[in-house]
Amino acid sequence: MTAITRAEVAHLATLARLDLTETELDHYAQQLDVILQSVARVSEIATADIPATSHPLPLENVFRDDVALPCLDRSEVLAAAPAHEDDRFKVPRILDEEH
Amino acid sequence: MAVMGADLTRQTAVVLAEAIRTGEATAVGVTQAHLDRIDSVDERVHAFLHVDTEAALDAARNVDAKRSAGEALGPLAGVPLALKDILTMRGVPTTCGSRMLENWRPPYDSSVVERLRAADIVILGKTNMDEFAMGSSTEHSAYGPTRNPWDLERIPGGSGGGSAAALAAFEAPLAIGTDTGGSIRQPAAVTGTVGVKPTYGGVPRYGLVALASSLDQAGPCARTVMDTALLHSVIAGYDPRDSTSINAPVPDVVAAAGKADVRGMRIGIVTELNGEGYQAGVAQRFRESLAILEHLGAEIVEVGCPSFEYALGAYYLILPSEASSNLARFDGMRYGLRVGDDGTHSVEQVMSLTREAGFGAEVKRRIMLGTYALSSGYYDAYYGSAQKVRTLIMRDFASAFESVDVLVSPTAPTTAFKIGEKVDDPLAMYLNDIATIPVNLAGNAAMSLPVGLAPEDGLPVGFQIMAPPMADDRLYLVGAALESALHDKWGHLLIEEVPAL
Repeated sequence: MTAITRAEVAHLATLARLDLTETELDHYAQQLDVILQSVARVSEIATADIPATSHPLPLENVFRDDVALPCLDRSEVLAAAPAHEDDRFKVPRILDEEH
Repeated sequence: MAVMGADLTRQTAVVLAEAIRTGEATAVGVTQAHLDRIDSVDERVHAFLHVDTEAALDAARNVDAKRSAGEALGPLAGVPLALKDILTMRGVPTTCGSRMLENWRPPYDSSVVERLRAADIVILGKTNMDEFAMGSSTEHSAYGPTRNPWDLERIPGGSGGGSAAALAAFEAPLAIGTDTGGSIRQPAAVTGTVGVKPTYGGVPRYGLVALASSLDQAGPCARTVMDTALLHSVIAGYDPRDSTSINAPVPDVVAAAGKADVRGMRIGIVTELNGEGYQAGVAQRFRESLAILEHLGAEIVEVGCPSFEYALGAYYLILPSEASSNLARFDGMRYGLRVGDDGTHSVEQVMSLTREAGFGAEVKRRIMLGTYALSSGYYDAYYGSAQKVRTLIMRDFASAFESVDVLVSPTAPTTAFKIGEKVDDPLAMYLNDIATIPVNLAGNAAMSLPVGLAPEDGLPVGFQIMAPPMADDRLYLVGAALESALHDKWGHLLIEEVPAL
């Protein structure tokens, strides 16, 4: 049984924003299939009556008083960015040619 | 006058701190000795990605000045430490073992680093790791593998192989690791050192670059149980900047390590983490350790945890799912690498080109696995089922801890394997974590400590102790008792047997 096809791996790469090479697609299609067939065993004992656990601690919203606290220095943050201009992050064009 | 004339790099943190407090050694002298050691051996071991020489010496000078001024020094003041390269440290490279963050210098300290600084611990530098903590061998570092000081042809474990190797190579007496599925404990096991994964939420994660947020936990590493306890008490405790930080008193781990007493304790062997699949010498040292604990007054029983058989599968669905989401932040826009920004590519194309160039093979593998497990149509079968298995594992632990105080197992199924042996066989690599993963899924505390060398290969074997959440002190009670008995038996710590580099 095949759990995942090469076409599905290519689609996943697009979703995950990974510009994979053809060789990588071949390699991952085979490896992901093996891994998924192994981990799919979890469904053997995951019956409908068992509640899901997302987190080891009971999580609740954590609030604090609405007071201003020191934050990161803007120039230091921008200095670590790949590009910046006029005190802002500079990014490539966000629209495709046809838009 | 214990350290006068002795090699300062061979001492415990306890001895070094005492020598600095009494004036028998200076913090600068201790730091310089470790920097010299790094200089002479790290070309072969490759535990460090960055050595912060000047800042370390400045921090040491500050400790010596405090002492001269008559200020009281903390229990680890002046002791050097190796920091896993996944925790931010202001102005110091923080790469996570990835090309993605190759030149990134964070503008802030993680909470762990703040606490280390406040305790006057001297941070020597940043240690090598599998990229974004994904791996069990440190071979998935973009900067080349770390080598195991016991045998330079072998892996030091992972993901925190750099921190563990730094301890075993006497480059530092203390180290910080992070443990998502065993990344503190498995490296400790294969390098003959001690490592603790505290209770989930026990050590703040502010400034810890996230891999899988419901599993990640930073923790202490050292060559002795007491040194580990002292470091644990420095970094643990509530932090309002981490919404998963536990707001409760830290268990008294230092007192427990000092007490080192298992009389009357009930210790449970996990049926599913014993027997088949464990290397003969690993199983043998494990059994001998149980006999010692029994001799020391503990009662040994066997406890079944049937769902543990499914833990590996659940983990390799939950971890990639969370990682694929967490690593979406590496998009080449605000920090780190950017590739293909030549005016012709759109922002989405630049993101894809950047991530393709910046991430290594294992990271891409897990991002796609997680993207798949979370995608519509597969969510219930994969991620949903894995979360149910997580419930069953927590129930197994809860039920076991009704009848025993701690659970034990070998830390890893084998001793250190050869570099290259499993690097392109993901399933074989994942199996290294089979005994460490259940604890991460349930949020418990656990320790690995060395219990001997496997007769067949002469390599260290780790013994794992697992305690309920917020009962971290029990790890130290048992660990210190076992360490002390083994020390009496051998006349030294196991680490003293590591070959000279």
